[in-house]
Amino acid sequence: MNTKRLSWLAMVAAALLFAGCSSTGTREEGAAASDKAGAQVVEGGDAQTAGAAQGGGWQGNPLEDPNSLLSKRKVYFDFDKSNIKPEYVEVLRAHAEYLASHPLVKVTIEGHCDERGSREYNIGLGERRANAVKRFLEAEGVDPAQLNTISYGEERPEALGHNEAAWSKNRRAVLVY
Amino acid sequence: MRHLKLMILSLVALLGSLSAHALEIEITEGVEGALPIAIVPFAYRGAGNPPTQDVAAIVTADLARSGRFKPLPLADMLARPSTPDAVDFRDWRAVNVENLVIGEIEPNGPRGYLVKFRLFDVFRGGQITGFSFPTTQNDLRSTAHRIADLIYEELIGERGAFDTRIAYITSVRDRQGRERVHLKISDADGYNPQTIVASDEPLMSPAWSPDGRRIAYVSFEKHRPSVWVQDVLTGKRERITSYKGINGAPAWSPDGRRLALTLSKDGNPDIYIFDLRRRSLRKLTHHWAIDTEPAWSPDGKSIVFTSDRGGTPQIYRVPVSGGEPERITFEGNYNARASWAPDGRYLTLVTRVNGNFRIGLLDMENGDLQVLSRGDLDESPSFAPNGSMIIYAGRDGGRGVLWAVSTDGRVRQRLATQVGDVREPAWSPYHQQ
Repeated sequence: MNTKRLSWLAMVAAALLFAGCSSTGTREEGAAASDKAGAQVVEGGDAQTAGAAQGGGWQGNPLEDPNSLLSKRKVYFDFDKSNIKPEYVEVLRAHAEYLASHPLVKVTIEGHCDERGSREYNIGLGERRANAVKRFLEAEGVDPAQLNTISYGEERPEALGHNEAAWSKNRRAVLVY
Repeated sequence: MRHLKLMILSLVALLGSLSAHALEIEITEGVEGALPIAIVPFAYRGAGNPPTQDVAAIVTADLARSGRFKPLPLADMLARPSTPDAVDFRDWRAVNVENLVIGEIEPNGPRGYLVKFRLFDVFRGGQITGFSFPTTQNDLRSTAHRIADLIYEELIGERGAFDTRIAYITSVRDRQGRERVHLKISDADGYNPQTIVASDEPLMSPAWSPDGRRIAYVSFEKHRPSVWVQDVLTGKRERITSYKGINGAPAWSPDGRRLALTLSKDGNPDIYIFDLRRRSLRKLTHHWAIDTEPAWSPDGKSIVFTSDRGGTPQIYRVPVSGGEPERITFEGNYNARASWAPDGRYLTLVTRVNGNFRIGLLDMENGDLQVLSRGDLDESPSFAPNGSMIIYAGRDGGRGVLWAVSTDGRVRQRLATQVGDVREPAWSPYHQQ
């Protein structure tokens, strides 16, 4: 999903760069491409353009739509807290709506913590975060049978640093479809 | 003191070259009033090559590590006797050494050795004790630790804990950032590390059975947490619980027949007691809060655990038979992960001091809480079986490392692997003879 979005962005970038050129091929060769734009980025062959994908509406699974609220899967928490902050209500409502209208879809809610404090207590805290998300979705009409939870405590950090910037990224619940 | 540090560092360099991935030991703080002792290199009395392990060096490192001894540097020794008739006590009085250890190693059958050692009182001018151990090349380190244990017991008056082991978790990330987690066991000095479980999913909370033969732990293999018990020698293992929700924090009863653990199958984490023979489960705590990290008292009668039922994580005590838990920590807003001293009077725990997570020692008779560590993210304290030291995990330069601190807080040493993070140390019970 991330890589798909990246290559899509790269194609848009390449298309913009070459807007003034006569070339029609827009396949680009990795990160250094924009630096060497004038030189020899373009290879012939693949002629698909970014414009087509950008212009059309999203036809596939809404979970895959990068412009949908459903693409946001993470909810962040304060230290030793498990209450859902107001800024995540809209995203969670979108997931609730999607799940309620797709009763066969199941989701696992992972609860995570930062590295501070003891590990098994953090397993408990991570579960509390996952449950907070679960209860929110249930209150919005999602069938509990669609929802599974697991707590990883501090064992699976998203950011590997040892400061508040990393910790705030690690205190999270993640929806895994 | 500076001499001691230099000597230990050169020892580390010497021994480290023999075992590249062992944990290393540094003494970072000195101690006043350590006993001056001399351990003379043991003489080899056979044909062929002497054993590759330097027994006297291992004994020296053990005794220095305890903080209770100040070994004489080799360079300061005026003589290097290996038999009693070669000992001239004046050589040792001259350098203010109070006790002297000498020894010999002889071949003893194919691949076998006989290690003899004698301990002398320099000022009285006589032998205190002497032993000989039949051993093998592979067991020489263990034999050296037993010699250190005997010297420690003779001179300090309590049983030594050098011939013991530690279990711990290591985590290494590859270039793609994928984590590989290991549950390892090593000697208490960090040597002879052996992996007993390896996984791509988290491993947590290793706990030794009281006979030292089994280890309980948590594994997230197959993407769900389960409590396992594994035989240390054979590697055979058995899944104990795998309920919906949390299966964590296993703790052995002193008789080895039951495990206290944390389950959240009823909706929130509570403490349960699992009878290993009957395979039966009993719920010990009943509260909507997080109840976890149980630890069994040495007399088997009560369990302490972490609970945030009062708003912040604190330590509570409950009779094993059940009843109303009683809060026992009151200083600070975060006290967790308690573990009992063998004497049943003290608990070691994680306590938050000015935003830093440190290792505390709680005297349950008077409620005093002493802070023993200086890190910002210290955790998972565990007593040596003689109660003299506490091993714990902390960070150093961004890396997870193990530290050991004497229970009086005066001596601290760092143990670290060359790669990755090390965490969740658990000190084994005494070696079963």
